[in-house]
Amino acid sequence: MTLLESRNLGVGYRIPGTGLFSAARMLPIVHDLSLTLDPGRTLGVVGESGCGKSTLGRALLRLIVPSDGQVLWQGEDMATIPDLRRRRAEMQIIFQDPVAALDPRMTLAKIVSRPLATFEPNLSRKDARARAVQALEQVGLSADFADRFPHELSGGQAQRVGIARAIVGRPKLIICDEPVSALDVSIQAQVINLLMELQEKMGLALVFISHNLAVVRHISHDVMVMCLGRVVEQAPRSEFYARPLHPYSQALMDAVPEPDPRREKGRVGTALAGELPSVLNPPPGCVFASRCPKATDLCRQTRPELRTVAPGRQAACHFIEA
Amino acid sequence: MSVDVLSRETAPPPSASTLRLQFRRFRKNHLAMASVWLLALIVLGCFFGPYAFPFTGEDADFDFISAPAHFQWPHLFGTDEFGRDLLVRVLEGGQVSLTIGFLGALVAGVIGVLYGAVAGFVGGRADGLMMRAVEILYGFPYVILVILLSLLFGGGNLALFAAIVFTLWLTPAVIVRAQAQSLARREFIEAARAGGMTGRQIVLEHIVPNCMSVVIVYGSLLVPEVILSESFLSFLGIGIKEPQASWGNLISSGTSAMDSDLRLLLLPGVLLALVLLCLNFIADGLRDAFDPNDR
Repeated sequence: MTLLESRNLGVGYRIPGTGLFSAARMLPIVHDLSLTLDPGRTLGVVGESGCGKSTLGRALLRLIVPSDGQVLWQGEDMATIPDLRRRRAEMQIIFQDPVAALDPRMTLAKIVSRPLATFEPNLSRKDARARAVQALEQVGLSADFADRFPHELSGGQAQRVGIARAIVGRPKLIICDEPVSALDVSIQAQVINLLMELQEKMGLALVFISHNLAVVRHISHDVMVMCLGRVVEQAPRSEFYARPLHPYSQALMDAVPEPDPRREKGRVGTALAGELPSVLNPPPGCVFASRCPKATDLCRQTRPELRTVAPGRQAACHFIEA
Repeated sequence: MSVDVLSRETAPPPSASTLRLQFRRFRKNHLAMASVWLLALIVLGCFFGPYAFPFTGEDADFDFISAPAHFQWPHLFGTDEFGRDLLVRVLEGGQVSLTIGFLGALVAGVIGVLYGAVAGFVGGRADGLMMRAVEILYGFPYVILVILLSLLFGGGNLALFAAIVFTLWLTPAVIVRAQAQSLARREFIEAARAGGMTGRQIVLEHIVPNCMSVVIVYGSLLVPEVILSESFLSFLGIGIKEPQASWGNLISSGTSAMDSDLRLLLLPGVLLALVLLCLNFIADGLRDAFDPNDR
């Protein structure tokens, strides 16, 4: 059974109108986005800054109320789940800035055990603490961390505490919103491996939001590429990395620097030219048309629909042959 | 990527919580610590000192009318024109002034903190409305308000207290609201929502505790402000009424006699000034210890 599904999800933020008394306007961030996620799978969401990845992650958990479409949790519409607050134990999130995600005034035991007060109200305080210590140990932090404060932690340790808080209620899904982009490379590997290990042990599904293609490749089963709030390509991991189909995906891949400096120097740069279109005033055609090397008048006028271009692969481009 | 995630990390030697560190820093500030002790002495003196005397501040001693300060038992600082002991009156007036000061600051602080925390956390239109209301109240003439409230409550200390609280909760509300607004955008608030906490729980458990360092500093400045406005109103004659003493009305009556007998003005005036100085030094020390920009 599908764990998480979104149907034509649209998310926008209200922004004040231009005049003193003019009505608020909607700033649309995510458009018409449909996805499905099965238990135990990892969906990697990639895209440049500002493309709506993080907004999508929060809307999937209904931390932001979507303006359009639905999110289904195990087949139930999230908007109508009674007492969703307590069901949140099943769906958790970890954040980009691991230190900002922890209340500086609370001890780690308190931070990690606090969700249990909501999710399992009958648990005694002592048992909740024991569960928190257990969760800390699961993420590789010894029990003597329990009475420490967040300012005593390194970034990697803080992110583990964030993960411990997410798993303490035994979730089925964790949204990982750029969980390693604020960490050192060596620590990134630890956190990624920890997530994969927990996924295996607990049967977790992950939505892994990142702009780091190498990290997404390591952890994901499927990859979804977003551009300006729309999905432009969706594919199983190995097919995607073997041959990205959408010109935007190809541009993202090309933008990854070569680790060998001599080869990097000789590499032909294919940096994107052109302007990112305004979110408030989106162009009628393809979201990538203004920057796409292959764009024609067709692209600028008609938006390509997301369509199946190969078994299991979807892309939104006029020029991909099935 | 062959990093062994199971190699368990052990914690570094324990360090103190932020709050404890801040208090440790405060204790190193000699001026602030001296002020704490002096203030404690004055408070204890005001509340227990009068019991050492065989009369109260309202008892007239007709053998000593307008006696000068001769530092002899029992009228150490002499008496006023009704024969009431000046020192005892000043100490009893201190009880009133200090009680109103601390209680007023506490009540105004609690109201202001909760109001500001809710406004900053909720944001949007509700925040706009709440803060416009504060701005309107800011514009309200204070003295007229006190007179209106005295009419409403039939005069007395309650009206005075209500008027002081009514005007003084506004500033903490504005300060805390700004702090709450920036806190509300932090990721731990989002994590709290993901953890199923309600808005009320988030305000009480996350927003308010994280505003505490600002509140403690501002609160210590609020106490002298309340004492000053009580004194000011009593000085004008719409605050604490005779025969009950407060530092404000003692100074007021001392002022009218200052040409002939400066001592009636000096004793309450010096005590009030000392208390205000102490509280300001304490506030200063607290700000130095708590200001995050200083770390």
